[in-house]
Parts: sequence; C-alpha cells; structure tokens
Amino acid sequence: MINFLFRGLIRDKQRSLFPIIIVAAGVMMTTWLFSWMLGVFNEIIEGGARFDTGHVKVTTRAYNEIASQMPNDLCLTEVHTLLNELDKDYPGYDWTPRIKFAGLADVPDENGETRAQAPVMGFAVDLLSDHSIEDERLQISKSIVRGSFPNSAGEIVISDELAQKLEVGIGETITLISVSANGGMAIHNFTLSGTVTFGMGALDRGAMIADISDIQYALDMENATGEILGFKKNLVFDQEQAVSIKEEFNKKMSNTEDEYSPYMITLLDQNGLGEYLVFAQAAGFLIVGIFVFAMSIVLWNTGLMSGIRRYGEVGIRLAMGETKSHIYKTMLVEAFLIGLMGSFIGTVIGVAGGYYFQEYGMDISGAFKNSTMMVNDVVRAQVTFTSYYIGFIPGVLAMLFGTAISGIGIFRRQTATLFKELEV
Amino acid sequence: MTNEELIIAQDLSKDYPIGGDFFRALDGINLSVKQGEFSGIIGPSGSGKTTLLNIIGALDTPSDGSVNVLGNKVENMTHTESANLRNNFLGFIFQTYNLLPVYNVYENVEFPLLLQKIEKLQREEMVMQALEWVGLTNKAKSRPSQLSGGESQRVAIARAMVKKPKIVLADEPTANLDADNSHHILKTMVKLNEELNTTFLFSTHDEKVISYLKRKIMLNDGKLVDDILVN
Ligand SMILES: Nc1ncnc2c1ncn2[C@@H]1O[C@H](COP(=O)(O)OP(=O)(O)OP(=O)(O)O)[C@@H](O)[C@H]1O
Ligand SMILES: [Mg+2]
Repeated sequence: MINFLFRGLIRDKQRSLFPIIIVAAGVMMTTWLFSWMLGVFNEIIEGGARFDTGHVKVTTRAYNEIASQMPNDLCLTEVHTLLNELDKDYPGYDWTPRIKFAGLADVPDENGETRAQAPVMGFAVDLLSDHSIEDERLQISKSIVRGSFPNSAGEIVISDELAQKLEVGIGETITLISVSANGGMAIHNFTLSGTVTFGMGALDRGAMIADISDIQYALDMENATGEILGFKKNLVFDQEQAVSIKEEFNKKMSNTEDEYSPYMITLLDQNGLGEYLVFAQAAGFLIVGIFVFAMSIVLWNTGLMSGIRRYGEVGIRLAMGETKSHIYKTMLVEAFLIGLMGSFIGTVIGVAGGYYFQEYGMDISGAFKNSTMMVNDVVRAQVTFTSYYIGFIPGVLAMLFGTAISGIGIFRRQTATLFKELEV
Repeated sequence: MTNEELIIAQDLSKDYPIGGDFFRALDGINLSVKQGEFSGIIGPSGSGKTTLLNIIGALDTPSDGSVNVLGNKVENMTHTESANLRNNFLGFIFQTYNLLPVYNVYENVEFPLLLQKIEKLQREEMVMQALEWVGLTNKAKSRPSQLSGGESQRVAIARAMVKKPKIVLADEPTANLDADNSHHILKTMVKLNEELNTTFLFSTHDEKVISYLKRKIMLNDGKLVDDILVN
C-alpha cells in the first residue's frame, strides 16, 4: 500500500516535484539568509576584533582589571615563551602581541625645537616579521593615503588627519613622548613612512601605528607586551570555541593569587560586545522567523491547493472502502516525505552555498568603494550547526501542517458531498 | 439463484437542508433487492436516483426510515463500519469513470485489493481475471488518459468487480458512452451477473440500459411509483 501510494506521489508531479521545489527553495533561502546574517554580524564585531579585542585576548590579571588605562606597567613578560605555548596549544588560532599606549607626538623643527605637538593613541603591532598578517588584518596598506607601509625599523604610520594637524610630511621625524613600563619618561624618534585613513573616528583623529619591536624598545618592554590577541584562522569568530579556550587556558595558566599571571578573555567580555551579539542574534532570529512564517504560509497554501485538487481522488478511495482516517494518514505521510525531501535538498544547497561564501566570501568592495564604513571588502557567510536545522525543521513542519489543516476538510465534509464532487 | 434479500429499505426518506428549509429528495421508499437481481432505478433527472444509490452504498445516511444492506443498518453504522462494508461487499461504477489518473489500468484495478490486504500473487491473478472479464488484458499498462471512454468504463467495471462484491451499484454507467460501447459494457455486466451471481443495481434513464434490466424500479419526485419485473 505504501509502495502504491509512493508510486502515485512520484508520478504526480504537481503533488511531488512542485511542492518539493517550493519547500527546497524556501528552506534554501532561510538557511542562506541565516548564514549570511551571522556572517554580517560577524563582520560588525570583526572590525572591533581586529583593532582592539581580538577573538580572544591574553593580558595579566591586573592589566585586565584596568585595561582601558593601557597599564603597560602591568604587562605580560616572557612573551616568546607564552606565544610559543599558545601556538602549540591552540594551533587553530593566530596569536599576535600588541601594545596599546598613549603619548605625545612631537614634531621638531630643524633646530630640534618643537614645531607641533598632539596627543596620540598608539598601537604597537607586529608589522615587520615575515609571518605576520597584521597588515592584512588591520588593512594598513589598503588604508594608506600618502607615503607607504613601514618596511624597516623606526618607521611608523599615523592617521592622515593627525599628520595634517601636525603639518608633518612623509620622511620627516616624529618624536614619541610617553611613559615607559617602569614609570619613567620614554622618548623615541620615528620616521613617518605613511598616513592612513581607516574610516573609524577614534582612530582617524590620532592613531599612531608602530612596529612592536620599536615600542618594546622605546617603552622598556623587552620580551614583554600589554596584550596578546588571538584570532581564529578562518577569521570567523566562534563563540563556543572561544569561550571553551578561555576556560581551558585560565584553568591551566592563570592563578587567582598572582595578579601578573596571564588571563584570557573573549571579545564578548569587552566593550559590551556580548550584549550586542545577543541583541544582534535576536534581531537575526526575528528576521529569519518572519521569513519562515512567510514560507509556512506558502507551503500551507500549497498543501491546501493539492488537498482540494484531490477531493475527487478522495471520493473514489472512500467509495472503494478506504476509511477517512486512513486517507488522512496517507496524506500526512506523503506531506512528511515531501517536506523531508524538499528540506533536505534545500538545506544541502543552502549550507553548501553558505560554506562556499564562508570560505571565499563575496567581494563587495565595488559597492563600498567610496564609503568610509569599516566594512571588509569581502563579506563572508557563516555556517554553524544552527544552519542545518533553521530551514529544515520549518520546511518539514510547514508542509505537514498545511496538509493537516487542508486535510481536515475530508472529515468535515459529508462523505456523500465528497462523493458527489466526482460527478461534475 | 437464492432468494436472499440483500437490500431492504423501509419507509426511507431523505431531506436535504436548503436555506432554513428542507427539500425531500426521497419520500417513504419501500424496496427490497434479492441476490442475483439485475435491476435499475429509473426516473427523470432530479427524481432521487443517485441519492437512493448513495444511501444503499452507505455513502450517505437516511433522514428517516431504515435501510438494511447485507444485514447492516446503514443509519446506525459508524464511518469505519460503512467503509468496511464498501470494501468487502460493494462495488461502485460511476457515470464519469473516475479512474485514478496517475495509476495505470492494472493499478487502478489492483487498488481495492490493496485495501483488502490481499497477497501480491493472488492480487495479480485477480486483477488479470477481472481485466479478462472486460477484455482489457492488453491495456494493463495504459494510463487512463490513453483510453477511450468505453475502455475507461470497462476498467471501472473491472475495478468494481475484481473483489467479487455481492452488490454492484452503477450510477448511470452509460451516460457518457455511445451506443456500441453502451451495449458492450451492458453485455459484460449481464455476463458477470450470470456467471458470478453478482447483484446489479443501476440508476438510469437510458433506454439502452433499461432494455437489459430484469426489474424496473420507477422513481418520480422521490417516490417509488412503479416496480416492474421483466421475464
Ligand atoms: N446535497 C444536496 N443538497 C440539496 N439538495 C440536493 C442535494 N443532493 C441532491 N439534491 C436534490 O435532491 C434531488 C435528487 O437528486 P439526485 O441527485 O438524487 O437526482 P437524480 O435522480 O440522480 O438526478 P440525475 O438523473 O440528474 O442524476 C434533486 O432535486 C437535487 O437537487
Ligand atoms: Mg444522479
């Protein structure tokens, strides 16, 4: 009997192929949309992650307490060892030291007297090692307005706005006046190799980016750093993984008694990003929810249409002596099979597309050519476990509910009425 | 031929609600049909023929009176009981052939046997025999859309007959057929009536059908007006 009905289902394209295509399309769209939304949220938190928070970040316990004050006197020491260990334990992440510092940029005239002075927000970044991808991560080269990316020790880039304020040109000397890790005054001369505009207000007002070795030297931080940032290698923040790495690391490495022991936090622990992510996810689920709802209505309608179309068939089957409940059950089984098949196809295509755009991304630099927004040229989708069922389950249920509701018509109508419809 | 009464209607009435009122489609019908009869309900359009057949087939229920089919009181049966009655003992033939379009001839005839959960091998035997009765063994693989009207109605007869029901209810089976085809299927039914002793009850106003009937039950405005035995 099941065989028999299944054969009929396959042959009747209007009952099988058509609804399967609708379900598959809806499920695919939902799966995709969801993966994209996750990707876009990611893009938004990535901006902050690249410059500031990392996916995870290691500091000393004490530094973490007052991180906003850039307390480099509370820096991490033995950084080489720590970095090696991190690389070994968490090879899926790229670990890089950063030092944030505040200071004054002083531009001397030919006599060594101050010509112009301004406060700077400094970032010491690994600009010069071969394996470093910090340039790519911070998009320094791409953001160059004048001059070029530093290619030797002692060279820095500063924000173009700051350079204009200081009236300093490429190749000129800038003296950094800051506080060393020991609390003494630190003075160091740099050569300006280029100016940058990132399109982020805070940075563009007064950012200075220097190579980390120079700053370690200037601030008396040999083999020390304020922060070590960890980035997942595929560039996509993975919340669960980050949290579990954090817990594992802190259990192993951190000592509540020792305020200089290393301590790991995730980006969710910083700048209210955790709350933002919760909000963004709620918004995402709402949008996907609306989409799923619309899809359910379409599918329900499909179920209704095919139900009505089949009143004749139902009449014949009743006349043959099939019970109403058996007919109803077989219709539900059919709907379930169709929903399953459509949802499977839709999820496979949707997730495959999601993976493709997670790996390769979509280049939208054209659309943002003249924009100052902090958006990556390449927007990526993000496939998570949720992507596998976010469309699948509603796809199956919508088809089932649609048929269940339309099928009730079989019970409501008098047998004779269903039967009479045969005569038309 | 036994004299067992398969269908007994007593003071049978059927009212259809129309607006706030009722329309009396059948009015005090008394009727009994014995095993092996080849009879027809004859009357003008709207006289209540289909209504009467549907009640006898347990597809509808009487408003008043009682109908006994093979020992079952139609007015008291649950839906499942009436489905079982149809499944095991009744065959239907309609004016429009009402074959399931996605299934081929063989499968259409096979369907009632699937409902009876009959074994595959036995099903095959029964289906082929039924197709032989109506002379369509060579069209077993055809789809309904590839058949002529006469062939379609013969498939419908095979489908009604395949489970060897006690009673076949045929509602204007020739209405869509030309004279040749009408005579062909009527002869088939007469043959089956004689060979298998199946009881046939028609509803018709077709002279060709009427000429084959052995009993003419005349209906007018829902009332049984005459009952003529032909010998
Ligand atoms: N569901 C219904 N609701 C209301 N009236 C109905 C309904 N079904 C049938 N009738 C009425 O009952 C009467 C008998 O109908 P029925 O279909 O039994 O006639 P019939 O003799 O089969 O006619 P025909 O030869 O045209 O098929 C008709 O007047 C019809 O309008
Ligand atoms: Mg009729």
